[in-house]
Formats: sequence, structure tokens, C-alpha cells
Amino acid sequence: MVAQSDIELVRTDPDLPPVGVVERGPTTPSRKVVLVVVAVVGAVAWSVLALVRGEHVNAVWFVFAAVCTYVIAYRFYARLVEAKIARPRDARATPAEQLDNAKDFMPTDRRVLYGHHFAAIAGAGPLVGPVLAAQMGYLPGTVWIIVGCVLGGAVQDYLVLALSVRRRGRSVGQMARDELGRVGGVAALIAVFVIMIILIAVLALVVVNALAQSPWGVFSLAMTIPIALFMGVYLRVLRPGRVSEVTLIGVGLLLLAIVAGGWVAETGWGQDWFTLSPVALAWWLAAYGFAASVLPVWLLLAPRDYLSTFMKVGTIVLLAVGILVARPEVQAPAVSQFALRGDGPVFAGALFPFLFITIACGALSGFHSLIASGTTPKMLQKESQAKLIGYGGMMMESFVAVMALVTAVVIDQHLYFAINAPAGATGGTAETAAAYVNGLGLSGTPITAGEIQQAAAAVGEESVVSRTGGAPTLALGMSQVLSSVLGGSGLAAFWYHFAIMFEALFILTTVDAGTRVARFMLSDSLGNLPGPARRFRDPSWRVGAWVCALVVVVLWGAILLMGVTDPLGGINTLFPLFGIANQLLAAVALTVVTVVVVKKRLYRWVWIPALPLVWDLAVTMTASYQKVFSAEPRIGYWAQHRAFQDARAAGEQSFGVAKTPAEMDAVIRNTAVQGTLSIVFAGLVLVVVAAALVVVVRSVRAGGMPTTEEPDEPSRLFAPSGMIPTAAEREVQAQWDARAGDRVGSGAGT
Amino acid sequence: MSARDVVEVGARGAAGVGRALVRTVAGVRWYTATLLGDRDYARYVEHLARVHPGADPVSEREYWRVRHAEQDAHPGARCC
Repeated sequence: MVAQSDIELVRTDPDLPPVGVVERGPTTPSRKVVLVVVAVVGAVAWSVLALVRGEHVNAVWFVFAAVCTYVIAYRFYARLVEAKIARPRDARATPAEQLDNAKDFMPTDRRVLYGHHFAAIAGAGPLVGPVLAAQMGYLPGTVWIIVGCVLGGAVQDYLVLALSVRRRGRSVGQMARDELGRVGGVAALIAVFVIMIILIAVLALVVVNALAQSPWGVFSLAMTIPIALFMGVYLRVLRPGRVSEVTLIGVGLLLLAIVAGGWVAETGWGQDWFTLSPVALAWWLAAYGFAASVLPVWLLLAPRDYLSTFMKVGTIVLLAVGILVARPEVQAPAVSQFALRGDGPVFAGALFPFLFITIACGALSGFHSLIASGTTPKMLQKESQAKLIGYGGMMMESFVAVMALVTAVVIDQHLYFAINAPAGATGGTAETAAAYVNGLGLSGTPITAGEIQQAAAAVGEESVVSRTGGAPTLALGMSQVLSSVLGGSGLAAFWYHFAIMFEALFILTTVDAGTRVARFMLSDSLGNLPGPARRFRDPSWRVGAWVCALVVVVLWGAILLMGVTDPLGGINTLFPLFGIANQLLAAVALTVVTVVVVKKRLYRWVWIPALPLVWDLAVTMTASYQKVFSAEPRIGYWAQHRAFQDARAAGEQSFGVAKTPAEMDAVIRNTAVQGTLSIVFAGLVLVVVAAALVVVVRSVRAGGMPTTEEPDEPSRLFAPSGMIPTAAEREVQAQWDARAGDRVGSGAGT
Repeated sequence: MSARDVVEVGARGAAGVGRALVRTVAGVRWYTATLLGDRDYARYVEHLARVHPGADPVSEREYWRVRHAEQDAHPGARCC
């Protein structure tokens, strides 16, 4: 047992039990043994992944390598970050306690908040990126997802949360303005806005690619709208507050919609109605995004969010169990030829920097900083829980990314490339695709057109050739894993559409919530302008809301349409932009964190946020540079632009994958837009970093600077810090419970 | 060990497993319900009683109306 002197009880009021427990004791021998065992298992798993060649690695090793690394990192590195930088003080009331209104500010059980936070940060991103990155083999992606998480992404999420908790839950944009000054702050705000637009557009593109020409998928997804409307009305009119009840009904209906999709897709009218071209789907999505962002939240957004939260947690548990039970064998090589040559068909460019761009969510995702500085800090009970929520929440997302990678590397590699290479390369039919992938020089037996056709038929699809975007590949892999555990080949089609549906569901949730947030950001910014634009500040002014929503939808809708019609393959050209944007947002967040650490004169530990920041800047700036300046048309947007322009000027009627002059014009236009966006993103972030450098120099000269931390307010609330309470924490909890007597407890001790 | 003992131990074991199962199911139900927000209204009533004793809490219907209206005015982002 731990000696009493190693435990410090934090008190703010002599009449109250302690509000915090600080334990500094040495690790108990039994714990040491556990840690050693975990470390050894982890080391073995990593060795298997890194060294085994020539035979198929079992997917279980990925799970072991990941989980063991997380445990060790959480126990040692997260603790270091906590002790040296975050420095939580449980004597201090969190914004949730201080401003508790039982609505948006509400101290929430840490285990429940973990679920909330996870559901808010994880979406389709960690599922899609790793699938695309699988073209480089399984090893580079796995290393980046796990190491990037423990040294980068988790540190960012944790520290942004810790910062925001001390600032009443202010957002990253506001903190940038407070800590970096006006110029840095404005650049950060604009960066957040444009990055949001590109994120929505690319995620929508993933949905379009997954659902185009698939009446089954379109029907199931379309059904989620009436299901959500029904749930909204149920909660509003029939039984307010019965959220889990209506969610269960909704999930039941959702499963029914997936099954019914199979029947509908068999009928003539179903095929007529629900077989949509990519362009038509893009228009429908834009219309949906507009409607969802101006409709009241209770009708569509809130119920959708419930469904999405439930499905997210449920499906991920299902997939983890599936992988552990099915233990599939990996088909991809550890490091593929494309990693070394940088000429892969899924995305172009060398391993550095493009692998690190392609996998953003799951390793280091800037978007998380918007969650860690928005809703989550307003629900945190104690400062010391930020490690569990911020660092721990990111570990879970990283684990999801590892599982997504597993599903992509356990399917046949010829099939993988037939699905993921753009139509310009595969030719779009099973015959041409088979010829194309067999010419790639992959290991293993070549594939026949019949086998590609068979793979599509097995999951109830017309074709799987060039279904880029990651979602169909993941769905195919998931269906392979899950049907081998549950239901056999008879359920393969169900599981495929189940996976497509939940990815599309996550993405639609991001699309509607993102459109709404961007709409508010736009109206806030317009409202700050002088003159009649002031009226935009009034949130109840419907015309303003509609105008802003329309502007936002037009912006992302235009990029989406551009991607859908891109002769070069939209995912191929746009996904790097999405990754770069997300990682640049991470650079903004890490810059803010680093500046605060410098201002507080924690010079010895600046490297903790600076390490991922410098790495992230190296990756994003190299990638941006290559995207803008590379002379190779495959990589550089402007090189491609010039090549097509020259061909057009020479009067050619077709060039490369562009078969007509109109397609050539499309490439010329698209590359100009993409090249411009690359310059804008990188430029904005450089402004933020430059502004930060000025503040850093000033602060070091002045010997530290005040930050915008709010003054202390004594806490009068207790809750354990970690997932499982320690003995001392249980004792303190018992004192609080005894004090509460027959009064209703906080629910924390269930 | 006599046959009777074995039966008794078995029964006790089964009861233990049963209890554990009940606890697990209860835990999952508590978690799902709290995560989705079933308990938010009760939490509000309790909060009001503590902070403004004697104040009349609004109905559950009204509580959710206000919450959704606030969500309308302050949207939260969802990540990719």
C-alpha cells in the first residue's frame, strides 16, 4: 500500500472534504511487473511488424503494438507532460464547476466525457487516411499513427484542453488572438475558416465516391434523414429527454434501412430513383448541407448526433472484437515499392512528406484543437482529468486509425489498387483494371477481371473499380473481417453497406455541423465590420443566417464539384490539400501552446510542444512547397497547370488522362484553384508562426510575460482523475458521499 | 469434496457470474443513458435546487427547448 506521506490531500475549505488527491508515491512492485510485461509484449509486437518478411503477418500484432505503446506512453510521457507543462491544480475550479448552468457548462463524469470527447474528435478522418496510406505498405503508416499520436497528436489535444480549461473554455482562435496579438489572431481565424471549408469539401467527396452508382448505399443514407427527423419530433413533442430510448429506436430503423437498401436496389424503381451520378450526388449533398445548417438543431442535427455517437462507439468496439476474433493475415508488404519511388496511384509524392499528410487524423489532427478548446473544457470536472480526456481520447482515435489500416492491408493487394487507383488509370472496367493492377508489379498472384467482378457482386455492388476515397476499401475490409466472424459470406453485403453507411453518417454529421460552425464564423466576422454589415452579428436575423449559410455551402460545394468532375481523380488531387490543411491547423494550435509555455518561462520543457510543432511545420511546409513549386506535374499543382496549358495552346485535343479539350480546361482550372489554396494555407500559417516568434522573442527579453489565464476560483467539488479511482481517491469519495448523506449524489460513484 | 459441496460451489459461482452480468448490463445502461443525455434534466433540477433553493424548475420539455435553442445559437464543431 502507498505510504500516507506520499499522498497530498488538496483542500480549499476546512469544512469540506478534500477536493483533490495528489499521489507522488513510488510505483508499487505489482504495477512495475505489469509495466514490464506490457513493454516486453509491445517490443515483441513491434519486432514482428518491423522485421518479419516473406510471410504474412497476423493483424493481431498491430493491436498489441498499438495498445502496449499507448500504455507505456500514457504512464510515462503523458505524466511528464502533466508534471512539467499542464501542471493541473485541483484546488482550482474548472469552468464547468464555476459557470455550471446544467446546460453547456456542466461538470460531467470523466468516463462519460471521455465518450463525448471521443465522439466529437473521431469521424471518418481516421478511417479514410490510413486506408489511402496503405499504398506505401503497412509499416510506415503504423509507425506514424502510433508514434505521431503519443508524441504529437495526444500532446496537442491534451495541452490545448489544459490551456482552454484555464481560460473559461475559450476557442483556439480566441486564444491565438489573446496570446499572439491582432495579426496572428486574425490570420489564425481566417486559417480556421478556410481549412474548415476544404475539410467539408473533401469529406463530402469521400461520401460521393462511396455512394455514386450505388442505389443500395444512396437509399440507406437517404433514409437517415427521415429517421433523424422522426427522432427529432419524438424528442420534441412525444417524449422529451428520452434520448437513449429514441436513439435505440433510431439505430433499429437504421439497421432496417441498410437491409431494406438491398431489397430496393433489386427493384427497377429503386435503381431508377437511387442510382445517382457523382455530380447529382454532389448537388444533393450541397442542398442537404444548406438545409441542415439553417434548420433548427432539434429537428435534424441533434438527433443525427445521437445516432452518430452511438454508432461510432458501437462500431469501433465491433471492429476491434472482429479483428481479435478473426485474426486476419496481412496481404500488403511492410514497405511497398511506391513508398520508395513515390509514384503510387492512390496519392502522388514521396513518403516524406506525403505519408504524414495523408494520415492526419489518428496521428496529429489540428481539428481536434477546436473540440479540445470548445465543448470539452466546459464539461471537465477537475483539471487533473485533462490528461485522461485529452491524451487518452486521442489514443483511442489513434487506435481506430490502426484498425482502419488493418482492414485495408488484409484485403488482396491487387484488389486494393483496383479500388483505389483513379479511373483515369484503371479505365473504369474490371478488364482494364485487372490489366492495370497486374502491370503494377505487386507481389502475390495476379487478379482476373472475374475476381474483381466477384468482389463487387459479393457485397451487392455493380462495380468496385476506382471507388476511390477510402470508404469502399474500408467497408470491403470490414465486411471481410466481420463476415468471417458473424454471418459468413451471406452477410458480407450487409456488413459492407453497414460500414459505408456509418462512414457516410459520420461525414454528414461533420458536414452539417461544420457548415453551421463556418456560417457562424462568417457572420461573426462580417458583424465586426463597420457599417450595415453589423447586422450580421444578430443571430436571430434569418436573412443573415441564410446568406452566410449559402456562402459557406457555395464555397465547399464548388470545391466538391471540382473534385467530382476532376479528370485526374478528385481524391488524388484534393486529399493532400485536406491533409495539409488539417496539419496546418495543428501547427496553429501547437504554436499557441508553445507561446504560452515560453511566456510562463518553462524553457526546459518547451521541446514538448515544440517537437511536434517543428516536425509538423517541416512536413506541411515541404508538402506545400512541393505542391506549389515541384516541376513534376504529378506532384506540383502549377506544373500540372502549365503542362495542360501548353498542350491546350499547342492546339491538342487530348492530353494525358484528359480526353477532350473541355477536360483539359477543367484540369487547368482545378489546378489553379488547388495551387492557390496551397499558397493561401501555407501563407496564413507562416503569418501565425511569425507573429508567435515576435511574441516569443519579446517574452524571453522581458523575462516572461503574463498570459491570459483566468484568476483562480476555489473548487468545491471532488472527482477521481483517472478512469479507475485509486484507493485514496475512493476514500475521499466516500467522505463526500457520506456528507451528501441522503441528498442525491453527483452520480460519479456509480 | 462431496457432491453436495460441488453443487453448492457451482451455484455460488453461477450466482456470482449472474451478479457480475447484471452489474455489467446496468453499467452499460448507465453509461449509454448518461452519454446521450437522459440524465441531463434531473441534473438540472438538482443543480437549481442547490444554487437557487426554492426556485421552480421548468418542465423537461421546456428544458430541452432552451437547450436546443442555445445549441442553435452556439454550434459546436464535429471533427473529421
